[in-house]
Formats: sequence, structure tokens, C-alpha cells
Amino acid sequence: MTAVTLTIDGKLVTARADETILQAARANGIPIPTLCHVDGLSAHGGCRLCLVEAGPGGRLQPACVIKVAEGQDVRTDTAKLREYRKLILELLFAEGNHVCAVCVANGNCELQDAAAAAGMDHLTLDYTHPRREVDLSHDRFGVDHNRCILCTRCVRACDELEGAHTWDMSGRGANSKVITDLNQPWGESATCTSCGKCFMACPTGAIFRKGATVAEMDHGRAKLDFLITARGRKQWNV
Amino acid sequence: MPTAPPAAEARPVPHPSGDKRFKLLEVAMKKHQFRPDALIEVLHAAQQLFGYLELDLLLFVARHLKLPPSRVYGVATFYHFFALKPRGRHTCVVCTGTACYVKGADGLLAALRREAGVGPGETTPDDNLSVLTARCIGACGIAPAVVLDGTVKGHVTADALAAEMKGWVPGGTG
Ligand code: SF4
Ligand code: FES
Ligand code: FES
Repeated sequence: MTAVTLTIDGKLVTARADETILQAARANGIPIPTLCHVDGLSAHGGCRLCLVEAGPGGRLQPACVIKVAEGQDVRTDTAKLREYRKLILELLFAEGNHVCAVCVANGNCELQDAAAAAGMDHLTLDYTHPRREVDLSHDRFGVDHNRCILCTRCVRACDELEGAHTWDMSGRGANSKVITDLNQPWGESATCTSCGKCFMACPTGAIFRKGATVAEMDHGRAKLDFLITARGRKQWNV
Repeated sequence: MPTAPPAAEARPVPHPSGDKRFKLLEVAMKKHQFRPDALIEVLHAAQQLFGYLELDLLLFVARHLKLPPSRVYGVATFYHFFALKPRGRHTCVVCTGTACYVKGADGLLAALRREAGVGPGETTPDDNLSVLTARCIGACGIAPAVVLDGTVKGHVTADALAAEMKGWVPGGTG
């Protein structure tokens, strides 16, 4: 694989030509915020939190899907990007019903962390207060659609790691919703193996373990990363 | 004549209802060699036959194309073209396939408009009745055919249909 040289935030870096900007940046200790991205799962490019300015005219590109290119000039932390990221997070908060104070994932939530990192401490937009459901039919897990940011991490973890493809996205736009099988109660799903990978992949408190109360839930994300490396690279990092 | 698909391994069983339209849908799927990537075409065919896509029907499609049910449901709900529910309490699907058309399907649609005030794809304001059309429901021998709440009726006349509608759209618009 050929190597390419590019600059990220003024720093000269080399990367393999098949790497994404995100991979190259992280390998060089340059952080880029992400939400829908999980290393080792297929790229989705849905949340746009990873936007960077790349190429002529500072074109906005999602770092998690765009590949590096020779001579590329990438900026990851400009005033414009900081403003956009804040707005993206505001939109996510306004679109669902995210009430950290009563959430099982409080303190263990990637959405909350991203908002804190971006300095998004209040909303300049109106909340939409959508009416969404909570499904508690599964005996081990629940899904609270109020907290779902539609990142499809559960869908990809279930399809690509477990192979069951219990989850998918239904509807479109503001009516989008993650579903199990034919949009039936999760507990009645014929394909679900109760493995919990969707729960480990979920960045928010949308998919939660039953019995966890406010702020006490840990997603066990390390287990997911362990599985991804074991499966993908045949490395068992115990 | 629809021929039985080859008795391959684990062939999904025919739909237990015995509804002929499932057989026709199977023929449509066979044309695409039951390829998973023909999902959208197959959903089109299913909707043409049934007027809308019931869960039962989506599962039938998922099994035959060997796709995860959630994927089939996701695709069916992504496109506005596909309807998962008849919008009214009752449905009247008027077949507008060639045979039924020749035998006066448009007269039936006109009668529905007169009696209930709605046309194809529409639902009465009181949600009592949705009128849908389908292209050939496999009942050409008894054309013109309609499907009233899932029951196929043949040799339907405009008057008979209008009478049938009296019970469904109490006030009517007549
Ligand atoms: S349930 Fe969780 S993982 Fe799945 S789409 Fe919603 S936020 Fe993402
Ligand atoms: S992390 Fe790149 S678009 Fe979500
Ligand atoms: S055309 Fe109506 S049943 Fe065939």
C-alpha cells in the first residue's frame, strides 16, 4: 500500500493511502470528535460531528469516511468547525428528548461528552419534544427511543459482529426510528440472540440494561472493542 | 401457468391462507431469481397485488428473498410509495388489471366515488373506507374483481358495490 503525505493542523503526517482522515489524525494524536463512528464497524457518515476542512477552499468533509490524499491540507479545529459542531450537537439535543439528569447513561454517554467537549451547555434552538416510545419487552434490555440519535451503531454492530441483523432503520427524516424485525416489540424478535452488542455499541442511554438506575449504567464498550479486534484482526487483547 | 419453484433446500412454505395472490407474488420473485437486491421491485409487485403491505406480507417477502425482516421493513417504510396500512377501517381494492378493466373496473371506481366520495389511494374523512387499486389479483376468471377487507368478490356490478358500501360509509356523500 502506497503512503501519502499530508498536513493536519499544520503538522506534516504520513498515512497509508487507504486510511481515512480520521485514522490518520488519530494515529498522530490529533483528536477529531465522532459519534456515529466505531473503529472496526463500517463507516456510516451520518452524524457529521467529524467534519473537517480539507482541500481547496476549506471544503467540509466527514473525516470518518473521506480518505487521505497526497498533499491534502486538513484543518480539524477552526472557529467555523467549532461553531458547526456545536450546532450539530444542538440539533441532536433538540431532535430527541435528552434529559441527562434522569438518564441511566448520565456520566457514561458519548452525546453528553461530545456536548461538554464542544462547550454546548445550552440550546439556542427550540426543543421539538417529539413523542417517542420506550420498549421494555426484552427481558435483559430496553430501548428508549427518546434518547436515540439514529447513529445506526446498534444496526451495524448487530449485522457486522453478531450477524443477526435484528436492528434496522425504519421511516425517514424526523420519522426515522430503529426497529427490531418488523417493528415488533424487541422481546418478540425472532432474530435477536440477546447478545447485547447493540447495547455495547449505543453511544447514549437509548439502549440500556434493565435494572440500571440513573447514572449507573456502563455500556461495557470495552467488550465491543475486544470483539472487533478479535474478529477482525484475530487478536485477543485480554 | 405459474410453475412450482424448484424444490430446493429449505424452501419457505406457501402462504397458509391459500390466497392466490401469494402464488402470483412468488412468480414475480422467481423472475428475479429470489435475489435479495430485487427487494424494491418485489415490494412494488406485492403492493400492486395486495394494495398495501401487511406485516405478514413483508415477512413472506423476507423469507423468500432470505433477507432480515428489519431490512425489508426499513425499505418498505423509507419510500412514501409503499403503504403498510390501509388508512381506513375498511378497504376496497379495485382490480384494474386488463381483464377487470375490460369488464368495467372504472365503472366500479366511479360508483365508489359516488357512494363514498373517494378515489384510488384516498380514505374517507371519517376513516371508514380506503379505496385502493391493484393490477390483476389473479382472479381474471371472475372479472371484474374487488377485494373487500381481504375477501375477493367476483363479477361485481356497480350497483352491488354501491349497496355493499352503504354499510361501510353510513352517511355517504351521495
Ligand atoms: S439505539 Fe443507540 S446505537 Fe442505536 S441508533 Fe439509537 S443511539 Fe445509535
Ligand atoms: S463520525 Fe463521521 S459522520 Fe459521524
Ligand atoms: S385483471 Fe383483475 S383479476 Fe386479473
